[in-house]
Amino acid sequence: MSQHTSPHLLNVERLTMRFGGLVAVNDVSFAARDREITAVIGPNGAGKTTLFNCITGFYSPTVGRLTLRHPNTGKEFLLERMPGYRISQAASVARTFQNIRLFSGMSVLENLIVAQHNKLMRASGFSIAGLLGLPGFRRAEREALDLARYWLDRVGLTERADWQAGALPYGDQRRLEIARAMCTEPVLLCLDEPAAGLNPRESGDLASLLTFIRDEHKIGLLLIEHDMSVVMTISDHVVVLDYGRKIADGAPLAVRNDPAVIRAYLGEDEDEDLPAEVAADIEASKAGETAP
Amino acid sequence: MTATNTFDRPKLDWPSALRESGFAALAALMLTIPMVGFRTVDRPTGLELDMRFEEVAAAALLVFFGRLGFALIRQGQPAAVLVLALGAAVLGFVVPLPTKVLQIILVGGGLVIALRAAWQIWRGSRPVPAADAGPSFMDRFAAEVQRAGKWLGPVGVLFAVAFPFLPIADRQTIDIGILLLTYVMLGWGLNIVVGLAGLLDLGYVAFYAVGAYSYALLAVNFGWSFWACLPLAGLLAAFSGVLLGFPVLRLRGDYFAIVTLGFGEIIRVILINWYQFTGGPNGVIGIPRPSFFGLAEFTRNPAEGDIAFHQMFGLEFDTLHRIVFLYYLILILALVVNFFTLRVRKLPLGRAWEALREDDIACTSLGVNRTNIKLAAFAIAAMFGGFAGSFFATRQGFVSPESFTFIESAIILAIVVLGGMGSQIGVVVATILVIGLPEFFRELEQYRMLAFGLGMVAIMLWRPRGLLAHREPTILLHPSGGAAKAAVKGG
Repeated sequence: MSQHTSPHLLNVERLTMRFGGLVAVNDVSFAARDREITAVIGPNGAGKTTLFNCITGFYSPTVGRLTLRHPNTGKEFLLERMPGYRISQAASVARTFQNIRLFSGMSVLENLIVAQHNKLMRASGFSIAGLLGLPGFRRAEREALDLARYWLDRVGLTERADWQAGALPYGDQRRLEIARAMCTEPVLLCLDEPAAGLNPRESGDLASLLTFIRDEHKIGLLLIEHDMSVVMTISDHVVVLDYGRKIADGAPLAVRNDPAVIRAYLGEDEDEDLPAEVAADIEASKAGETAP
Repeated sequence: MTATNTFDRPKLDWPSALRESGFAALAALMLTIPMVGFRTVDRPTGLELDMRFEEVAAAALLVFFGRLGFALIRQGQPAAVLVLALGAAVLGFVVPLPTKVLQIILVGGGLVIALRAAWQIWRGSRPVPAADAGPSFMDRFAAEVQRAGKWLGPVGVLFAVAFPFLPIADRQTIDIGILLLTYVMLGWGLNIVVGLAGLLDLGYVAFYAVGAYSYALLAVNFGWSFWACLPLAGLLAAFSGVLLGFPVLRLRGDYFAIVTLGFGEIIRVILINWYQFTGGPNGVIGIPRPSFFGLAEFTRNPAEGDIAFHQMFGLEFDTLHRIVFLYYLILILALVVNFFTLRVRKLPLGRAWEALREDDIACTSLGVNRTNIKLAAFAIAAMFGGFAGSFFATRQGFVSPESFTFIESAIILAIVVLGGMGSQIGVVVATILVIGLPEFFRELEQYRMLAFGLGMVAIMLWRPRGLLAHREPTILLHPSGGAAKAAVKGG
């Protein structure tokens, strides 16, 4: 693998996940770096979400090692050995879901406060100091509120902070889920199809939100995405999966022109299998390459 | 039927109305033959089955014409149906009929259909509300009640405190008050598990039993006082909650509910069968009554060197003193549970419970340790159940496994669900409905439970999420009115 300026944040080595006879992820290795957006793309059923579920502890992989290295402290975590909640609590990996999973009966603000559960739980002395209303807990709660306010402002939901989360429009729910994940103060943010169901303007906003998170909060992002306009504009590094195998890995431009990737999206001979956006993208990129 | 023809409207669809009524009558026939159609008669030769054709036929006819009436109302003929139904009712009232059943059916059925038609006419004369006119009346009402909780709660507490001194208070009403407060406390306790954490616990009575037997056995065998045993009973109940929790909490939904149901039964069966320890079906008798905080006894003639409550305060001896004391005791215990719940909802623990109810997978992804959170909910709710149990034991002076059957769990759960999951005031309202009304209407005798069941079905049809199901956010960014309204609009 080529040398990069930023160090490895997440190192995936020989990850394999089998469900009975089905091999969903087959011997995949790649690395996601700090302060970079790493996109995982691939046709439907390529194993992207399974890969995500392995990284975030929802599945424990059949084979393989997942090493997360905290850039500031240098601490290492073996994610495949940790129970699900520890991956967020100790290793500081946050995630969003393909089908949005908000606490829909609770208010927008409460969603962001719940995300800071572990910090607040410690401050509340496992509820004892909280029940007594000690000043230490109240200070922690004020800080949690400030963080929530910051992210509400970032995703443009300050006005609707007291709404029931389930009552928000779809695009707002997507952004709220990202804000909620960021409230856990992660070192790696995993996004499972964040642009799904968004209109082009909302996708554009999302792309600028993600680059903002990368540049201002200096964390690594890992995203699964089908929307090529988002992937190609914001990602620093693209990993392509097909049938559970990694078929390409590299900078967006290189990946886009990789024959194996084109074959995976196009099929061997059948041109009509190509999704319209991808075809357009490939055309555009070819045109773009020849121009300069 | 001639009356309807005078309103000659082209859209009247007789075949479909008749077909619908025919099917309804057929269903009624199939249901009434086994349920109404047979009766056992005691003859010298033994019990025999008699058929009751009249009643079956009458029921099927009632359903047929009733359904026809409704179908016609739907097709825009309420006036005609009203006239016909009233006519039938008057007919049944005036004309002598061969059987009483027919008469009852004509009068009763006629009146019901007439009422429905009258309602339709009344509603038809008003503008039809738009389909998306916002939250229904009850939703808004529930929201109002939740918000009014700020003053409604203290007013209710004041009333409860003043109650023993009001003129309506006598031995019987205070006893009902104690019973109500016991169920309110149990409801509030179970609300932590079911309403907040969203875990359907069908065996809550097990913790109530553990608390009751803890106090009963400690007091009878070792002579420990109520005030020493109360925290112990709570601890033991909490411990049993954790014990149950560990194996069970990895289960979800229905499976979880079934295991808690089993746990409730296991505790009851142990109580029945461990004869040497629990006294088996005979229970534990002679459980000491509580003293006035260990300072004085509620007896007319206290033992040498002790002082009695009435002597301490220079009152005339009255058996009511103890009852009033018990009333205040359970009031304080219940309020402790309420205070805890209101407070914990604003703490990370309470918010995690609610988040767990909403989506437990998202909770894991945010680093919430589900097992610990669920265990905490279980242990705390069990502890409150244990407190209530030891109060029950000291009030009755006698415990036996019969007090801790599944129906008790079901009633407590019904209180929580009827009131609106997670709503503290809802629990009080539901307790008054579920426990209070049957107490006050004891005159109805065997129809009491029938009416109770009908009420439950009606509430579940009308308000499937409970009477006062409305959730206020535990923290607001914009505490002024506008945002609160937006939150309601969201709801």
